[in-house]
Amino acid sequence: MNISRRHLLILLPAAAVAWKFVEAGTPEDSPNYQMSEHWWGMLINIPKCIGCGNCVRACATENDVPDGNFRTWVERYHVTDTNMTTPEVISPDGGKEGFPVAQEDAGKYFFVPKMCNHCADSPCTQVCPVGATFVSPDGVVLVDQTYCLGCAYCVQACPYGCRYIHPTKHVADKCTLCYHRITKGLTTACCEACPTGARQLADLKNPNDPIHEFLKTHPVEVLKPQMATGAKAYYFGLDGSVR
Amino acid sequence: MKDAGHLFRFAGLFVVAFLVFLLVRGYVVPKTFGQYGHYRGAAIGDIAKHPVKFAGHQTCEGCHTDVADTHSKGAHAHVNCEACHGALFQRLPATPQPKGNLYERFVALIVPPIPPDAPLLLHAEDPTSVTPTKPDTLVLCARCHTTSAAKPKGFPQVDPAEHMGGVPCETCHNPHSPAMGSDSGGGAGASPVAGGAK
Repeated sequence: MNISRRHLLILLPAAAVAWKFVEAGTPEDSPNYQMSEHWWGMLINIPKCIGCGNCVRACATENDVPDGNFRTWVERYHVTDTNMTTPEVISPDGGKEGFPVAQEDAGKYFFVPKMCNHCADSPCTQVCPVGATFVSPDGVVLVDQTYCLGCAYCVQACPYGCRYIHPTKHVADKCTLCYHRITKGLTTACCEACPTGARQLADLKNPNDPIHEFLKTHPVEVLKPQMATGAKAYYFGLDGSVR
Repeated sequence: MKDAGHLFRFAGLFVVAFLVFLLVRGYVVPKTFGQYGHYRGAAIGDIAKHPVKFAGHQTCEGCHTDVADTHSKGAHAHVNCEACHGALFQRLPATPQPKGNLYERFVALIVPPIPPDAPLLLHAEDPTSVTPTKPDTLVLCARCHTTSAAKPKGFPQVDPAEHMGGVPCETCHNPHSPAMGSDSGGGAGASPVAGGAK
């Protein structure tokens, strides 16, 4: 190749600068909390839920959730004996202030707390065009709000309706499983505030977590198993009418 | 063979364009992008920095050992402190930020305004000046214990109007251990009907 010394002298510094940036993209060491040692999920015990709305309020306080949007909410189902397929479902203001008193009649009532299922194969992260939402190495579905464009594709993709566009930030927002708490050894705000223990944070990689004993001895279900999302919100006592 | 020079010039252009691409890419792609996957690895750390507001029952029990003792023996043993008392954090109410006005800016120099994102104050850090508001039992207890056909059958429920007719719940019940006639709980009806919170 016919490159003069002059050209080489121009090319070499340019190559050196470029190489510096190639190197800058190499991974950094992870912080103190070992992500590889955890795999987070949630256990929701439906027979224990009394529909007080403590979880919804606690979540809003802890995570500055704007009014009218919910990272977690509670639904009340009313299923009559004769009609299993179309239950009456209410969730006034996400169940934040509780529910109206229900009168005894035919059929059954129960509460279903809902939140992000932190799916292992989540449809919401797959559709993000910019890599702003992802499943962290410890199994939590998170949003990088500095990267999100607010296209709302993920909001449509979530089969559980767990995402919304933040009204002032104009980016996708969702349950972080209180990532700022669980990485400090605390439980989530909703679990901390639940008076009946209807919600329990579960670390599926921790052999001492009571979740393992519970999963061994109780029938549990996930929402919409036919969608193969790898949901990690395990429901105990889930009725077939729940959508 | 003299035409080969054209090819070398093109090849040179490609090399230069590639170097420029690497340079631009180095500037625009965040350092940690691709660290764990197709996303910015540092975002995980950013999300973990969010301030904690519910300090956890362990924090409360560190000082309020007497209450913790009563509480642990009663039917409410599995109800965490902040489930009723609210989050331990408090934030000072934000004051208006100075506008362009010279006078307002001068005042702000002497009395600094409190920004909306002022640091959180925890009762645990400053117990005398930051005190949680005492919950109104008539509202608080009714939230869980008002009779409704929708609630689980084994859960203790009352019709508030008929049960106490406006008398505050704590007149008869100690909220930390609600069984009647015993401050430390353990009386009739003190069975831990609903428990299991970690």
